Amino acid sequence: MFIRKNRPWQSRETEITPKGLFLNRRKIIASGGALALSGLAGCEAQTSQAAQTVAAGARPTSGALSYTPTRYTVADEQTPYPAVTGYNNFYEFGVGKDDPARYSDAMTTDPWTIGVEGHADRTGVFSLEDVVDFSALEERIYRLRCVEAWSMVIPWVGVPLAQVLAAFQPTSDARYVQFETRLDRDEMRGTRFRVLDWPYVEGLRMDEAMNELAFLAVGLYGEVLPNQNGAPVRLVVPWKYGYKSIKSIVKIRFVSEQPETSWNRSAPHEYGFYSNVNPNRAHPRWSQASERVIGGNVFARRDTEMFNGYAEQVAHMYAGMDLIENH
Amino acid sequence: MARNPVLRTFSRHIMKPLAFWLLALPGLWLAWQWTMLLTGGNHDLGFNPIETTHRFLGDTAIRILLVSLAVTPVRDITRWGPVMMIRRRIGLAAFWYALLHILAYLGLDLFLAAGMSVSGALAGLWRDVAERIYITLGMTAFVLLVPLAITSFNRMQRWLGSRRWQGLHRLVYPLAILAVLHHGFMVKGNQFGPWIHGGILALLLAYRLAGMIARARSQPSASAS
Repeated sequence: MFIRKNRPWQSRETEITPKGLFLNRRKIIASGGALALSGLAGCEAQTSQAAQTVAAGARPTSGALSYTPTRYTVADEQTPYPAVTGYNNFYEFGVGKDDPARYSDAMTTDPWTIGVEGHADRTGVFSLEDVVDFSALEERIYRLRCVEAWSMVIPWVGVPLAQVLAAFQPTSDARYVQFETRLDRDEMRGTRFRVLDWPYVEGLRMDEAMNELAFLAVGLYGEVLPNQNGAPVRLVVPWKYGYKSIKSIVKIRFVSEQPETSWNRSAPHEYGFYSNVNPNRAHPRWSQASERVIGGNVFARRDTEMFNGYAEQVAHMYAGMDLIENH
Repeated sequence: MARNPVLRTFSRHIMKPLAFWLLALPGLWLAWQWTMLLTGGNHDLGFNPIETTHRFLGDTAIRILLVSLAVTPVRDITRWGPVMMIRRRIGLAAFWYALLHILAYLGLDLFLAAGMSVSGALAGLWRDVAERIYITLGMTAFVLLVPLAITSFNRMQRWLGSRRWQGLHRLVYPLAILAVLHHGFMVKGNQFGPWIHGGILALLLAYRLAGMIARARSQPSASAS
């Protein structure tokens, strides 16, 4: 039986006023009479109105975001904020887990532009505000499974990737999409050593990118994404190992051939293009059958699930494929 | 070496205890951090304390091993013989940290992953040694280190005779190479740490090689010792 135990720093569900409602409290007080009559329906109306308070074409660069909750949640306890933002793999800032938190402040995230290239009708250089609609953000609580056999549960804030990609009107030649991380040797001190072939690149098959779970995050725990977590915009593909969820995206390329990905290029036998979480396919150097749970009891482990527990939403995309061969 | 009574006193009462406590310091630090962690206090083990422990013990073992290999060159360069008195202590410390490193891997990884089953942990160990190259390398390095630790005592040295003892203890060179390779094959991507350890080891081995060549030249008939 699953018993939910809240930790002292957690004030979940019933206690929390939806952020939109909270931000809009003056309006709600002003229209209190009408609200009292309309009850819950009134709350919902207010929430959606609150989401509109952030004007299209503008984005907050720090602090709280307004967003709506979704049905994409998991039962497991969320990883504490200090762990989510203090234990990161972002090799552009160093290979130590605490390097990103220590050094990523140097990265400029405003202004931020994304170059869109390849097989699409709308290509060019767009500002982030024009790519992500900050007035339509939603929250998704996803599992994150790192290839290093540890895991977290993170409440992301962002928009479905499908929605963003569709706006560029990819053509039928766009069979894959490649993403690229910013590369700035002055601001990203880890890139001075060639741990990987910079810039970092990742990719998805088009149907994977359009899957309902694929998400473009601009925040976590209701606030703007900290730099160490991939500010200002990162991919979140929860059924794949963490390194597929590329951070600080500056390029999106629609391509017809399977694109190069950084870890695959670095060690092809260890990191495949698909990189779906698969407890049955051991990493050549360690088992993937179970994982260390970060942020809770130091000895806590859990069994790794196929597709990180998202088989229902994604397994159909790999029907008939040998997932050991196509790891 | 310690025939000089002043030097004997200095060694016994100052150098050796000092070396002991310096070498014990990393272990004491780790024990303190774990005490803090388990009693709910502030600690410096980060958000993945088990991983931190593995890295810390492994790094400490390799670094102390490198220090032990530096003792003879330091003696040759400084011409200060007494430094040799703490060589055994340093080598043994490397062994103890390597042993703790393996016990942590057995207890905190394999035992927990096998659902707290000892037989499951041992099966996991065998599987890892057989299948995972960096564990094969690391385990081989440790297995080679064990006879060196066992024969480190005076009585064992006498029993073996200095020639055989020296021959056996040359195992430290290949095992140091294996230990650094173990580190290099473990990390993801091309990381700095193993290259630093490897670079220092290469220097220390080059020093031995230079010595062998020099000796071979000066007395062409005798085999280098």
